[in-house]
Amino acid sequence: MRRVAQPATLGWAPNELPAYRSSAKRAPQAAAIALPSHLMPSQGPRWGPEKLRAGAGDLTTQVPGGTAQGQRILVHGRVSDAAGRPEAHALIEIWQANAAGRYWHPADQHVAPLDPYFLGAGQVLTDAQGCYEFLSIEPGAYPWGNHPNGWRPKHIHLSLFGAGFAARLVTQLYFPGDPLLPLDPIFMGIPQAARRARLVAKFDLLHSPPEWALAYRFDVVLRGHAATPLDAH
Amino acid sequence: MRRPTPAQTVGPYFSLALDWPQAHQVTHEPPLGVAICLRGQVFDGDGLPVPDALIEIWQANGAGDYPTRGAASGYGFGRASVDSEGRYTFLTHKPGPVTPQEAPHIHLTLFARGLMNPLVTRLYFGDEAARNQHDPALAQVPLARRATLIAALTHTGYCFDIHLQGPLETVFFDV
Repeated sequence: MRRVAQPATLGWAPNELPAYRSSAKRAPQAAAIALPSHLMPSQGPRWGPEKLRAGAGDLTTQVPGGTAQGQRILVHGRVSDAAGRPEAHALIEIWQANAAGRYWHPADQHVAPLDPYFLGAGQVLTDAQGCYEFLSIEPGAYPWGNHPNGWRPKHIHLSLFGAGFAARLVTQLYFPGDPLLPLDPIFMGIPQAARRARLVAKFDLLHSPPEWALAYRFDVVLRGHAATPLDAH
Repeated sequence: MRRPTPAQTVGPYFSLALDWPQAHQVTHEPPLGVAICLRGQVFDGDGLPVPDALIEIWQANGAGDYPTRGAASGYGFGRASVDSEGRYTFLTHKPGPVTPQEAPHIHLTLFARGLMNPLVTRLYFGDEAARNQHDPALAQVPLARRATLIAALTHTGYCFDIHLQGPLETVFFDV
C-alpha cells in the first residue's frame, strides 16, 4: 500500500506559490515520489525533559534584570494524532518577533525597537495527555519585501516532533481577527478556509490567569498514529 | 480521522530556536557503524547557494536499528543550519541496512524560507553500489534521477549536494 500525502491531498499549501516570491526558485518542480509505507521509518526522534533549557516555557523572563514588553499571553492547547490520541512528550520549539514586530536576529533590519528583555525563543514538551502551555507576549506585525507594503500578520512559529516520522511539523500560529490574514500569501497559500482556520488560535478568557495574561488556545493535529505499537526498527 | 494541522514555512529566522549547539554531531545507540563525515551544499533554481536552510537527518545505527521507542534520547537525529554558502556538515556513523533488502541510507528533511512544506529525501552511499542496485526505494525512482540520491565518497567524507530545482533536481519523497 502506498501513502498518498502530497500537500494538495492533505489540504496544505502547494510548495510552488506564485504569490510567495521566495518559492519561485526553491520549490521543486518534480512531484514527490510515494514510497511503500514500510520503507519509511515509523517513528521519529524523541527527547526527554533534559533537552529543555531551564525556564524555556516562559519567553517573558529569559533575560535577568527585566521582563519582556507587550501584551502578556498564555498559549496552550493539545497535540494529538489523526485519531485524536495524545501526542505525549512531544517537543515543541517556539520563535517569534517582539511586541514591535522585530526578531532578535541579525538578518532582521526592520526599523522597530529591539526589546533587550525579549529574545523570542522557547521550548516545551507536551505532558502525558498531549497538553502544553507557554507564556509569551503578543508579537507585532512586520513588513516584508514580498510585495508592495506587504506585512506579515502577527504570528508565532512552532516546530513539533510527534511520535511518528511523518508527524514532524513546522507551522505558524495566527491571532483571531487580524486584518492582515486575508492579505498574507503564506497564510492564504492554504487553499481552503476551513484548513486555514486551523492555524488561527482561539481567544480563551476562561484559561486566562486572572489579572496576569490573556490566553489563546491552539490545538495541533499531527500526522500518523502516536499510540500504535511500533516496530523495533 | 482528523485532518492534520497544515504546515507553514520555517521562514528566515528559525535559528533563534532551532539552532542547537553541536546538533550536527549525531549520537547513536551501539553498535555504531563507521564514523563518517557527511557534507554538502544546497542550491536553488538559479544554481545559487541557499544560505538559510535547515537540514535534519534521521537514521538507524550500525545494526540498522532506529532508536528504541521510548528512549527519549535524540539518538539517530542530527540538525544543521547551512552557512552563508549553503554548506552543511554532519558527523555521524554509517547506518546498517534497516532490512536485508534495503541499502544503507539516511533520511534528510530540508526546511527553508520559500518552502511551504518540508522536503524529505533519502541519502544513499556511493560505495554501496551493489546494494543500491537492489534497494526497493531507489527502484521507485526513475533511473535517470537516481544519481541525485547517491552521496559520493570523497577524501573529506561523503558529499551530498541538494538541488531544489534544475537539471540536477534532487528526488524528494512523500512521507
